Amino acid sequence: MERIFTYLHYPFVRYALIVGVLIALCSSLFGVTLVLKRFSFIGDGLSHVAFGAMAIAAVLKMSSQMILILPVTVICAVLLLKTSSNAVIKGDAAIAMISVTSLAAGYLIMNVFSTSANVSGDVCSTLFGSTSILTLSKTDVWLCVIMSVLVIGAFVFFYNKIFAVTFDESFSRAAGINASLYNTMIAVIIAVIIVLAMNLVGSLLISALVIFPALSAMRLYGDFRSVTICSAVLSVLCAVSGILISIGAGTPVGSTIVAADAAVFLICFMIGKMKGKA
Amino acid sequence: MALITVENLSVGYDGKPVVEGLSFTVNEGDYLCILGENGSGKSTLMKTLLGLNKPLSGKVETGNELRHTEIGYLPQQTDVQRDFPASVKEIVLSGCIARSGLHPFYSKEEKSLAEENMEKMGITHLAKRSYRDLSGGQQQRVLLARALCAARKVLLLDEPVTGLDPKVSQEMYELIASLNKEGLTIIMISHDIDAALTYASHILHIGERTFFGSIKEYRKSRYGRYYAEERKEEA
Ligand SMILES: Nc1ncnc2c1ncn2[C@@H]1O[C@H](COP(=O)(O)OP(=O)(O)O)[C@@H](O)[C@H]1O
Ligand SMILES: [Mg+2]
Repeated sequence: MERIFTYLHYPFVRYALIVGVLIALCSSLFGVTLVLKRFSFIGDGLSHVAFGAMAIAAVLKMSSQMILILPVTVICAVLLLKTSSNAVIKGDAAIAMISVTSLAAGYLIMNVFSTSANVSGDVCSTLFGSTSILTLSKTDVWLCVIMSVLVIGAFVFFYNKIFAVTFDESFSRAAGINASLYNTMIAVIIAVIIVLAMNLVGSLLISALVIFPALSAMRLYGDFRSVTICSAVLSVLCAVSGILISIGAGTPVGSTIVAADAAVFLICFMIGKMKGKA
Repeated sequence: MALITVENLSVGYDGKPVVEGLSFTVNEGDYLCILGENGSGKSTLMKTLLGLNKPLSGKVETGNELRHTEIGYLPQQTDVQRDFPASVKEIVLSGCIARSGLHPFYSKEEKSLAEENMEKMGITHLAKRSYRDLSGGQQQRVLLARALCAARKVLLLDEPVTGLDPKVSQEMYELIASLNKEGLTIIMISHDIDAALTYASHILHIGERTFFGSIKEYRKSRYGRYYAEERKEEA
């Protein structure tokens, strides 16, 4: 315990915690919608796209990689959503194609063009999250804070609409709600979250960060509001404990957080089972 | 002027028609029952009436005073909803989604409208329960209460009693009939000719030969006579 307080004196630990909490919060809020809308595969595909974009940004030696990664991922999110509602190419197939291609292209680009001595180390850290969460600059933190505030604000403001569109799109559209506009909004926000979360856990583990808290909360609660609140709380707790443990034990940040999320899911799963029997 | 006028309408998917050449009108206070075999295009027609699908040809005209936000819809149940974590109250309240416009939260009036409709459907005691834990009949009542929150003028129901046992179906039909008596226009898809003949004012039969007319005309038509004979044989 004492050790934890000494950690907090270091600004990089404080930055990591702030960013970790915000990302965990954002990803869990939209995780519920993602899971319920059966959009989880989009999240997975987008994280691979983000990886490809990051490889290009790294090779171009861009000072702020976000400028490239964010728009590319957002555009892909909108495109994926369009194809999944279009019967010509089946949605899942399109996503699989795009994600595998970006993954391969990203790795290829990094290998061919990188001047770094430790290419596989670089690749590994973009895929599984690196220590980059512990080397955040003040600008990174502010960017993350602003994006998170926007994401959380959008969620609160459109909470009822998101619920209606997620629960029953046909009904909402029949009632005159512009459901495709909200779907696009959700896809764009998910893209933003994924790009932010890459810093925290790396692109391969993002889906876990988004989906686990929602699945855990759904085991425990039966109404949308409780599920949303519960998944936000679980996600933040896992992120904070994951970051602290990883600093203390020297384990990789991303994997530690995801391991915590998985452990919580297991516990929730068992509690849910017991509740079901009682 | 009629509430809904349909002229020479063809509906279907990807340019391929499922039903062609439909013409009928729905007036205020009518109770129209849409009959037809499975796969004959009833749901597709209803979605086209709602504007969820585009007509392949022909047109759907709504009377000048009917707006989208005055229509309630009870869709044929989809699988997605069955394991959805949502309380009864949350779902019924979401029927007010169109009324609330751009407001982020529901107003007092909208909340009391939701409570009123839960009362009407006899599900007030279930308000806090999770939708996925309810019986089929209870779930249908929840969706009907939600549709009522949206239906200021017209209520469209897609097979509202499918999967319900006969007693619960009967209650459902009575409920819908009482809503119609209160002045709500009803358009309902059903397999149940008995119920249609008991409650509806008009019938639209989709199939090899399309029929549209009042109940009286339907009884005299080919479909009606065929049905009456079948009944006699059974008796
Ligand atoms: N989304 C869709 N895309 C393509 N064809 C569809 C779609 N939905 C239904 N169909 C087809 O349209 C026909 C009519 O379906 P539907 O309107 O659901 O019939 P009903 O409600 O009368 O049972 C069926 O043959 C069905 O296979
Ligand atoms: Mg149908």
